Amino acid sequence: MSVNEAAGTRPRNEAVPGAEPIIVVDSVSKSFGPLQVLHGVSLEIERGTMVAIVGRSGSGKSTLLRCINALEEINGGTIKVCGHMVSMSDRASVKRLRSEVGMVFQSYNLFPHLNVLRNITLALTAVQKKSRADADAIAHKVLGLVGLADKAEAFPEQLSGGQAQRVAIARSLALSPKVLLFDEVTSALDPELTGEVLKVMEDLARDGMTMVLVTHEMAFARRVADIVVFMHQGKVWEAGPPAELFADPKTPELRQFLSSGL
Amino acid sequence: MITFSSTHLIYLIEAARWTLLLSVLAFIGGGILGLVLALGRVSEHKPLRWLSAAYIQIIQGTPLLVVLFLSYFGLSILGLDIPPIAAAGLSLTLYTSAFLGEIWRGCILSVPKTQWEASNCIGLSRAQQYRYVILPQAARIAIPPTVGFMVQIIKNTSITSIIGFVELARAGQIVNNSTFQPFITFVFVAIIYFAMCYPLSLASRHFERKLNVGK
Amino acid sequence: MLSYSFDFSFLLTTWPAFMRGAWQTILLAGTSIAIGFFVALICAIIRSGKNKLASGLVGVYVEVIRNTPLLVQIFIVYFGLPSIGLRMSAETAAVIALVINTGAYGSEIIRAGIESIAKGQLEAAECLGLNKFQVYWHIILIPAVERVYPALSSQFVLLMLSSSITSQISAQELTAEANLIQSETFRSFEVYLIVAAIYLALSVLFRVVLWAIGEVAFVRRRKLRT
Repeated sequence: MSVNEAAGTRPRNEAVPGAEPIIVVDSVSKSFGPLQVLHGVSLEIERGTMVAIVGRSGSGKSTLLRCINALEEINGGTIKVCGHMVSMSDRASVKRLRSEVGMVFQSYNLFPHLNVLRNITLALTAVQKKSRADADAIAHKVLGLVGLADKAEAFPEQLSGGQAQRVAIARSLALSPKVLLFDEVTSALDPELTGEVLKVMEDLARDGMTMVLVTHEMAFARRVADIVVFMHQGKVWEAGPPAELFADPKTPELRQFLSSGL
Repeated sequence: MITFSSTHLIYLIEAARWTLLLSVLAFIGGGILGLVLALGRVSEHKPLRWLSAAYIQIIQGTPLLVVLFLSYFGLSILGLDIPPIAAAGLSLTLYTSAFLGEIWRGCILSVPKTQWEASNCIGLSRAQQYRYVILPQAARIAIPPTVGFMVQIIKNTSITSIIGFVELARAGQIVNNSTFQPFITFVFVAIIYFAMCYPLSLASRHFERKLNVGK
Repeated sequence: MLSYSFDFSFLLTTWPAFMRGAWQTILLAGTSIAIGFFVALICAIIRSGKNKLASGLVGVYVEVIRNTPLLVQIFIVYFGLPSIGLRMSAETAAVIALVINTGAYGSEIIRAGIESIAKGQLEAAECLGLNKFQVYWHIILIPAVERVYPALSSQFVLLMLSSSITSQISAQELTAEANLIQSETFRSFEVYLIVAAIYLALSVLFRVVLWAIGEVAFVRRRKLRT
């Protein structure tokens, strides 16, 4: 089940040899009241790779992502990001985490009262204390990256779902994170709009951004991800390069999941 | 010197009955006129819509106290030697109808358009549509804000003390004039108002929660 | 039966008094709205906050004010407080009573706005690294006030109209001026017709000014309409 040995199978995303994985999840468990959602999950994510987490709804994949980003308190185990332990009770560690990890949500969560430009520059000026001019320059650059250079002045409600999600990606990107987390970012989109978002993510992967995504887009995961992690009943059930995983599932659960046509 | 005593308190409580009576009058009168206004606001006839909108805007843009003075002096112009309760009842009816009319208009409009279409398709006349389909649904939505507005009516009856109608607030002034203990007197007046209004506020909130759960 | 003949000739000599009264009402209501807004904001923050005791106290304040008449509140402030040693002018008492009143109503409106902010907004802001204060300011408070601004404006117009009640403690404002004029001219009905018209104009004026303030304060409102 070691993820790291499978990483780097694609030359374009070669993991740095000998370097520590950028995210190390070790025997993490998480319960909501009486309901245990994660049962001792361990996972390592190498720099510069794209890891796709797949599984049925309720398998714990979104919870895992939220735990990595300290949006949920874990009940057991440890999470290390960029070499530092993360704990929600340790505010300094959360603060450091926020500067290193960006997250994009299924529901975009753009700020409705701010235009696209201010959505992106808010954290640049308020958190990174950049000047307005520098922040604007960065915002325009990242908007260019997601193909929305002309939307800087628009307000969220004037955007299509696909555009809103690309702005949300740009907003995270502007803070130059070391890792980007994507939580089912295309699930709320009409099918014809998912393409433009996936395209942006593929570009990011090509540029070597470390990405972890929870997704239902199996074709996308198969084509672009370096590692696919199959979660089932709150555990990492199987993981490996997509070519192997899809061609030769080791467990009946994964086989069944793949054949269910998701 | 006379000090505030249980006799005064009983006097205040008895005066509160006039507050309640006036509130009931205002609610009935204002409710009937308010329903007419609400239907006028959503009518197909432009002049009706316009007239009821103008009425509501004017009343809502004028202080109740001024409406009260106009009722009081207006009725006496008509040569009627009228008791204060008539002017009080008239002004509160005008005031209540404007606000209830606007509240109920919102409730009528919040019934989904498809209900109109569906009831039209089964051949109901416009009056029947209102009677059997729209108003029953609107009434359900209207209960919480209407009960909430009753609180405003009760509180606003206090203004009629200004033209000498002896209800709770006026009784408070009378007691104060003999005891010269304004603080304790008006605190008791406030407590009695609170005792009448707070249950309605709670009921309004209760109905609202129930409505939201039902959704 | 209707032998009454209207006579507005008193206006020739009294119109400056009406204008003075209107201006006094603008000042009285304007002051009360400005201070009342901050009281409302602070109360809304406390009410929706984590401190149970403080939140409960604000809750009591809001319920007491919303369930008792403004007239009685004014009497307590103006006649009642001096008896426990707090003396003030009628105008000060009027502003205090109006501020207390609008603070209670306004805080409930703003609180509804605060509670309508989706949890996802907070998470997104947290993930961008904003600290608690920044999240509260940028993501909760400003959008909340923006969202409820129309309701808040209506409340402020109602406050301006209610300020007429302060004439009962002889605070200087429009209705008090009118009472004076009618006692001198005996044209009561005409005087209050004029006053009603002035209040109507004032409520339009207040609506326009509050709208303009909203346009300046909230960029989105300005942009999306064009």
